[in-house]
Amino acid sequence: MNTTPMKMTYREACRQAIREALLSDPRCFVMGEDVGKYGGCYAVTKGLLEEFGPDRIRDTPLAENGFVGAGIGAALTGLRPIVEIMTCNFSMLALDQIMNNAATLSHMSGGQFAVPVVIRMATGGGRQLAAQHSHSLEGWYAHIPGLKVLAPATVEDARHMLAAALADPNPVLLFEHVVLYNAEDEIDPAVTAVDIAHARRRRAGSDVSLITYGNSLPKCLAAADALAGEGISADVIDLRVLRPLDIAAVIESVARTHRCVIVDEGWKSGSISAEISARLAEDALHELDAPVRRVCSREVPVPYAAQMEEASLPQVSDIVAAARGLVNPG
Amino acid sequence: MTDKLHLDRAHLHHLYREMLRIRRFEAKCVELYQAQKIRGFLHLYDGEEPVAVGVMAALEARDAVVATYREHGQALARGVPMRALMAEMLGKLEGCCRGRGGSMHIFDRERRFFGGNAIVGGSLPLAVGIAMADKQLRPGALTACFFGEGAVAEGAFHESMNLAALWQLPVLFVCENNLYAMGVPLKDAESQTDVFRKAEAYRMASAQVDAMEPVQMAAAARRAVDHVRAGQGPFFLECRTYRFRAHSMFDTQAYRTREEIESWKRRDPIERLRRWMEDNHLLSPDEAAAIDAGIAAEIGDAVAFAEAGTLEPVAELERFVLMDSVVQEQAA
Repeated sequence: MNTTPMKMTYREACRQAIREALLSDPRCFVMGEDVGKYGGCYAVTKGLLEEFGPDRIRDTPLAENGFVGAGIGAALTGLRPIVEIMTCNFSMLALDQIMNNAATLSHMSGGQFAVPVVIRMATGGGRQLAAQHSHSLEGWYAHIPGLKVLAPATVEDARHMLAAALADPNPVLLFEHVVLYNAEDEIDPAVTAVDIAHARRRRAGSDVSLITYGNSLPKCLAAADALAGEGISADVIDLRVLRPLDIAAVIESVARTHRCVIVDEGWKSGSISAEISARLAEDALHELDAPVRRVCSREVPVPYAAQMEEASLPQVSDIVAAARGLVNPG
Repeated sequence: MTDKLHLDRAHLHHLYREMLRIRRFEAKCVELYQAQKIRGFLHLYDGEEPVAVGVMAALEARDAVVATYREHGQALARGVPMRALMAEMLGKLEGCCRGRGGSMHIFDRERRFFGGNAIVGGSLPLAVGIAMADKQLRPGALTACFFGEGAVAEGAFHESMNLAALWQLPVLFVCENNLYAMGVPLKDAESQTDVFRKAEAYRMASAQVDAMEPVQMAAAARRAVDHVRAGQGPFFLECRTYRFRAHSMFDTQAYRTREEIESWKRRDPIERLRRWMEDNHLLSPDEAAAIDAGIAAEIGDAVAFAEAGTLEPVAELERFVLMDSVVQEQAA
């Protein structure tokens, strides 16, 4: 077994995960817009058509509701579809199938069916794609019982979360951040699987907890470095799974640091950060020595112009300022 | 491909008995609704029975069925046991969905009955996916997808028609055209009121049938099923029908006249089939009485079963939101 750490991009990790799934399970297939000949809008499925053929790398018409629903039907009856939606903005067109069918069929049928479909989609801003291609909607999906919602932030999670998602009997949504596709990291070949049940501590600290996921993770780690230079020790928790939320990991961290900053690329109103904040108020209020702070996207559609887009998304300096303000108030 | 219809005595008796069984079952449901034992929405099938009975008679156990929210008839004709169906109507644990689905969400995995879908048009993409899986895992099996003519206005309908035709999937689209989408008449909602012609735009084989004629309906269903079974791609069957009752129990039917309803009722498919069979010595008064008695007994038994059923403990509320293991059909 190769034990040398390998360097790969997040994109390559996603592709290897898909390839491995296709090789290991003949029931598995990929379906979506431009996943075949084009190689995927973000080039994740590039080369897979040549290797697996058009029945298993299936280009679809522009019909999100139709092909997501087809994936759900196929999952009900014995296949293991990996459905790609180009960006989560387009998933609104498939919301009926995701919410009214994928999330409800098991419960409504009294447990007669499972819906083991995996739906991958790109999420997030930072590439100047403007409002209709830049939003972070994973928090919305995390509202819906019956779904599992994943947000891989590391190359290792991008490499292994898909297998865990496919092994899960429930509909699983995977939100891959567009800015992360080019991120590169060494991954440990000894790690061959990850769970999709727990958050992970990405950095240990004692003064403040930074609770985050997705592309805000590297920003939080950078913020933690900057804070360390000021003598502030930050604990960084990567949620990884937004539903079901591993709130125990959040509370455990806050119980040690007693201060909490939640960093979420969704809009603050009604976001996953709002949910975490509320749960801390309900279940861990007495662990807090200071109010919870949130660093979220500004309440605007994400703009195109670079300086405006940057200002609308959570940035390292915002995180540092929020954490500093908690540890060294005024 | 066979074009012959089994118009023998046994088949006619089957059609008649199954239609009457649906009609009487639903009449009992109305009673139970008025007694407040059945709650929620209740959409009745009176007048449309030939569609479900005709299509189901042409299907095999290996086929899949995707149904609408007006699906008691579709469920009974498919073989969902009346006891389990009635218990579901009463919200009992012994119901086919443990009482969690109710009238609009009937499921039966054993009979490949995939809802009971209460989002108009929402079930069509599912049918496409089921047919995709069947084409690979259960060659020869087909999916019969029921929907009303109101659904043809939905985007999901067009997306599904395109996918099914593009990928040549074994789907039988069964459009129950009862002329009203709740209260909106077909002519006020569609630029093309010959709904089956929409299939032509997708290069899909199609036909229109007078579904008030049970024998014609059964024959058309048989031809359509044979087409799909022979691997010739999907088929679109527009069944011209009429619902004698309101859209649901809350509908005052201000959108249509009493005269219109009465004129359709004079074409009651069950009554006409009975008279025709009697006239042609295919149904004796004794046989008719025996069928009546058999159905009455079955309904009495189903109601007793449902009434004696239990309520699922509230402690079970969160079960099946997420599944612990894959419960799905295995490949044949």
